[in-house]
Amino acid sequence: MRFSDAFEARFTEMLTHYPTKRSVLVPTLLFAQDEVGYVSEDVIAELATRLELTTLDVRNVMSYYSMLVTKPRGKYNVQVCTNIACTLKGGDELLSHCAKRLGIGHKGTTADGQFSLEEVECIGACSWAPAIQVNYDFHENLDVPKMDAVLDGYAKK
Amino acid sequence: MGTRGFGFGMADANITVDGKKITAPAGSLLIDACKNAGIEIPSFCYYPNLSLQGACRMCVVRVDAPKMPKLQTACTTTISDGMVVTTDSEEVKQSRKAVVEILLGNHPLDCPVCDAGGQCELQDMTFTYGASESRYVEPKNHKQEQQWSPVVFFDSPRCILCYRCVRVCNEAMDVAALGVENRGVSSLIVPNGGDHLDCEECGMCIDICPVGALTSGSYRYKTRPWEMNHVSTICTHCGDGCKTTLGVRSSEAGMEILRGDNRDKSGINDDFLCIKGRYAFDFANREDRLRQPLVRKNGVLTAVTWEEAVTAVGDKFAEVKQSGGVFGVIGSPRSTNEEAYLLQKFARSTLGTNNIDHQRTADFPAFVSALAGKPEMAGSMRDAYMVPAILLLGGDATDEHPLLAYQVRNNVRLHSAKLYVVNSQEIKLKRQAAEFAQIPAGTESGVAAFLAGDDSAVAAIATAITSADAWRALRETLRSAQNLLIAFSSDLQGDGIANIAKFAGSVSGAKVICLADYANSRGVADMGLYPDLLPGYASAAKAGLDLAGMSAAAQQGKLGALLVVGANPVYDLGFAADSLNNTFVVVQDMFLTETAAIADVVLPSASAYETSGTFTNTSGDLQLVKKAGDLHGTKPDFEIIVRIASAMGVDVSTLVPLGAGTTADMGQSRGAQSGEADRSAVYLQKQGLEARVSPFDAAALFDEIQRLVPGYDVSRMNLMAGNDVRTTTAGKAAALPASRGESLRPAHDTLFSSGSLGRYSRVLNSVAENRDSKLVEVAAD
Ligand code: SF4
Ligand code: SF4
Ligand code: SF4
Ligand code: FES
Ligand code: FES
Repeated sequence: MRFSDAFEARFTEMLTHYPTKRSVLVPTLLFAQDEVGYVSEDVIAELATRLELTTLDVRNVMSYYSMLVTKPRGKYNVQVCTNIACTLKGGDELLSHCAKRLGIGHKGTTADGQFSLEEVECIGACSWAPAIQVNYDFHENLDVPKMDAVLDGYAKK
Repeated sequence: MGTRGFGFGMADANITVDGKKITAPAGSLLIDACKNAGIEIPSFCYYPNLSLQGACRMCVVRVDAPKMPKLQTACTTTISDGMVVTTDSEEVKQSRKAVVEILLGNHPLDCPVCDAGGQCELQDMTFTYGASESRYVEPKNHKQEQQWSPVVFFDSPRCILCYRCVRVCNEAMDVAALGVENRGVSSLIVPNGGDHLDCEECGMCIDICPVGALTSGSYRYKTRPWEMNHVSTICTHCGDGCKTTLGVRSSEAGMEILRGDNRDKSGINDDFLCIKGRYAFDFANREDRLRQPLVRKNGVLTAVTWEEAVTAVGDKFAEVKQSGGVFGVIGSPRSTNEEAYLLQKFARSTLGTNNIDHQRTADFPAFVSALAGKPEMAGSMRDAYMVPAILLLGGDATDEHPLLAYQVRNNVRLHSAKLYVVNSQEIKLKRQAAEFAQIPAGTESGVAAFLAGDDSAVAAIATAITSADAWRALRETLRSAQNLLIAFSSDLQGDGIANIAKFAGSVSGAKVICLADYANSRGVADMGLYPDLLPGYASAAKAGLDLAGMSAAAQQGKLGALLVVGANPVYDLGFAADSLNNTFVVVQDMFLTETAAIADVVLPSASAYETSGTFTNTSGDLQLVKKAGDLHGTKPDFEIIVRIASAMGVDVSTLVPLGAGTTADMGQSRGAQSGEADRSAVYLQKQGLEARVSPFDAAALFDEIQRLVPGYDVSRMNLMAGNDVRTTTAGKAAALPASRGESLRPAHDTLFSSGSLGRYSRVLNSVAENRDSKLVEVAAD
């Protein structure tokens, strides 16, 4: 299967960082997911061949990380933290508000494929709780109206 | 990992465990050092010779308090001088208790129905180290049991995540069919095919599982361990000679085999068995086993008594003999040494014929003659695990010699042996090879010639992968190897074997193994199941007919009588069924084979698992075959042959030495075989043994084999104790005619076939079918 040139360049470079090939598996899985949207069967097979692993090996490593998914999800993956600091500051309300507004639950994806929702553990933004992460971007000190504004912003993109 | 080794050459470390001073090589694992000193440290995930996991925390102990703040895992701690260890404190006991309590948290506790009940490590640990109460009151998380293959079932709630199965499959088997998905409490053992296994079906994972999470299709829910008799014997399938402990139970038919394993790690094979040794004993349990003698009456095979059947054979044989008719005798490479020896003795002395043969799968005559005078050059199955360098020439050991492949693979993994593979195919063992040389198909003998110094042979064996230069370099490498072990397939015969032996003779400490296919191929060759060779490969005065000769004689209507013991010449030895119309055919077999179906008399024989005797594996290791039980209506081939001889009016003590030597004839007056009992009595007395009292006692003939067959004068004590002992090629025929010309019929077995026996094993058939249907699915996609 074909990846972008940027991926290939990064892959080739990464191989030089480690004594064994299989060590690049975890970052590579993430980069592949960023490109394809999820870790597809093709990605698994391709990486297994490139790194001289069995597909079982790749699956085993992959299933360890909740950030890696095997099914397509929305263009914007809304990750709402409900760990201790965020919960004290209203993380649960944010989560149920998102669920209501988007009409989906934890790990769900909207019919138009724009959004998916995920309840996550601490994302390291406790000082600005409650916090969420959409793809790689953080949004902090939220309440329900601010949350709506954030979602509106993505919906318009 | 893996190469922890045995601490060879390492300095000793003195440590103190529970106040006791112990000494062990520095760098050994604490758990091993303690075990050797008699201090038990409980463990789940630790397994000798597999990589370290440190997963279960059952083995924690206090090391060097107060320097080390936490309890340490004894299975991953290497010892060093002055270490002070506590294994029996309150703190350690509490910790073990907690581990067991957590493991039991979601454990289904279905011990009363679990296969592992009664021999479960979790049960034992709970009994010894656990607490009697649990604080866990939530409902348990249940999952359905899954079938992953015809052989392997998985019951995930019972799994304690020790990862032994994953490691044994990965490391010891090099199959890597099992993995771990998810993490933490949701970790799950998963098969490589998603919902099924695509693997060698060896069952190693099942037997290594400390609990009942992995179970086998053939044993699950059938019985409890304490309801069986456990009999250790030798696998009856390939030529490698794995020791297996059969779990047997009495049944209406007499006995039923339920299990095969080698958990006690006795024998050559440690805890290894392939699918055949572990599960393909099922042929013995088949409903269609013959259990009544049959005699053809008015054209129809009719059930009769043993008396009637044996008399019919004896009378007819006597008649054929009297009228000067031609006999043919076909033995089996699955017979015990005693049966084979008796059969040829019966043929030669009672029937008076040298027309005797069997399905040959390796040129042993050429092998022993090539090694004449150099018995130390014969390699053993243990060598394959210990020597520093191995050359595999031809064949695919993974399929045809699963134990040899296992030994070689783990020798490379654990002792860093160097493996050289020469093959026309990229066989699986290439993965362990330091060097792989690819040759054109059928040029194995060219390799032998080249190695032996014939430089002109290189043209025929050079390929794009291995050039002539590469060959010359490889030959140099092999020449300078220390204690090289060479194992060659049946592709080498005659001169090829002489060449490889010549080459081995030029390498310091080199040894050779000649690979044959059946459980006792080597033994029956040693016992003289040849028309031209007597026991010990001595030339017969006049060569008889071989298989082809007998078949031709039958074709011409010149074969008066044919005795077939455990073979199926009509099916797989090239006999045309209708050629035997005018021959009196007697078949001793477990099943109504194609040959039995056209026989005049069929005598139901016991399987190797219902027989006592000895087997010699392909590398000359002699082992005890122990009878696990009786199947009603059958008799061991040994007894059947003695009964036939008796019905012919022969004094059976001339065949099987029995009695205390009262006739004192000493054999001077009545031919070569008479007085055998007396000679045997003298021998037994000298050995401090008792006279044999039954003509059906195979051990009586073993006495004779020990006396008369060169290379079989082994330590009987060792043999009887269940150990493998080395026969040697010493004293055997120095020079056989170079152009003897062997006609070999190799079985070309895969992991899921077993020569002429495999078709009777349901387990092998179902695995083979399962794989075929998957291939079809893939092809149809
Ligand atoms: S049966 Fe053997 S090859 Fe198959 S998964 Fe178990 S250990 Fe691996
Ligand atoms: S299935 Fe058995 S061997 Fe495998 S991890 Fe679970 S308990 Fe251990
Ligand atoms: S390797 Fe050979 S002897 Fe061992 S279990 Fe398999 S078939 Fe039997
Ligand atoms: S608890 Fe939500 S970011 Fe740390
Ligand atoms: S035996 Fe040491 S951690 Fe499992």
